[in-house]
Amino acid sequence: MARALVSVPARAGRGEIIAIKALISHHMETGFRHSTTGELIPRDIITSFVCRYNGEEIFRADLFPATAANPFISFYTRATESGTIVFEWTGDNDFSATEQAAISVE
Amino acid sequence: MSSDPASATRRRILKAIAALTVGTSAVQIVRPTGATPAAMQAAIRTVVGENQINRGKVTLDIPPLVENGNTVACSVAVDSPMTAADYVRAIHIFNEKNPQPNVIGVHLGPRAGRARVSTRIRLADTQRVIAIAELSDGSFWSDSVDVVITLGACLEDS
Repeated sequence: MARALVSVPARAGRGEIIAIKALISHHMETGFRHSTTGELIPRDIITSFVCRYNGEEIFRADLFPATAANPFISFYTRATESGTIVFEWTGDNDFSATEQAAISVE
Repeated sequence: MSSDPASATRRRILKAIAALTVGTSAVQIVRPTGATPAAMQAAIRTVVGENQINRGKVTLDIPPLVENGNTVACSVAVDSPMTAADYVRAIHIFNEKNPQPNVIGVHLGPRAGRARVSTRIRLADTQRVIAIAELSDGSFWSDSVDVVITLGACLEDS
C-alpha cells in the first residue's frame, strides 16, 4: 500500500474556500527509460486522481508520465457541510489507493 | 500472491525473451521520438477541438530556470469568479519536448471556489510549457512559459 498524505483543514466556516493538498508515494516510472541491460522499463504510473466531498466529485486529474514521482496535487474547494473528503488514486498494474480526511463545518 | 513484484519481473523478462526470439531479424530498440511542437499542437487540438484559444485569464507559474527537470513545481491560476454561471471546467498543461505532449489535465467545478491548481511535473528539456483552461461558456484561454532546464527528466537514469 502506497503511503498517502493529505491535508484538509479540520474546521472551516460554512462557504469558506479551503485548500486541499494530496501527496502519494509512487515512483511514476515513465515507460521511456531503459535499464542497464538496455531493456525498456515498462510504464508504471498513476493515471487518475479523484477527490470526493461526501460522495460528490469535486476534483479530478488525469496524470501522465510527465507528472513527477510522488505525485503532489493541491487545489481548492468550498466547505459546504461537515463530512469526509475521500481521495482516490488509480493507475497501471491495478494500482489503487484511497485516503480520507474529516472536516467539520460550522 | 499473483502481484508479487519478483514474479512480475520474472514474467516480464520471460515475455521480453519470447518477444526477442520471435522478432529475430533485427533487435529493435524503441526510442521515444519525443513530442514535437506539432505533436503538442495535435494534443491541444484533441482537447480544444476547433475552438479558438485566447491569450489571457490564465497564469502559469513555473520557475524560468530549473536545475532539475525531474521535479518542477508548477501552478496554474485562472481568473474566474467560479460561480454556477461562470466557472473553469478544466485546466490542461502541455509541453513541446517531453516524450509525450500531455503533462496533466484537471477537472474542476463551480464549487471549487478558486481556480488554482499546483503540482510537480517533469520536463525533459528546455522548452515551452502551455496551460489551457476551458471555461464553462466553452471558451479556451492559455498562458505559456519558456523554461530552461539544466538537467532533464524522463530519459535519463535518475
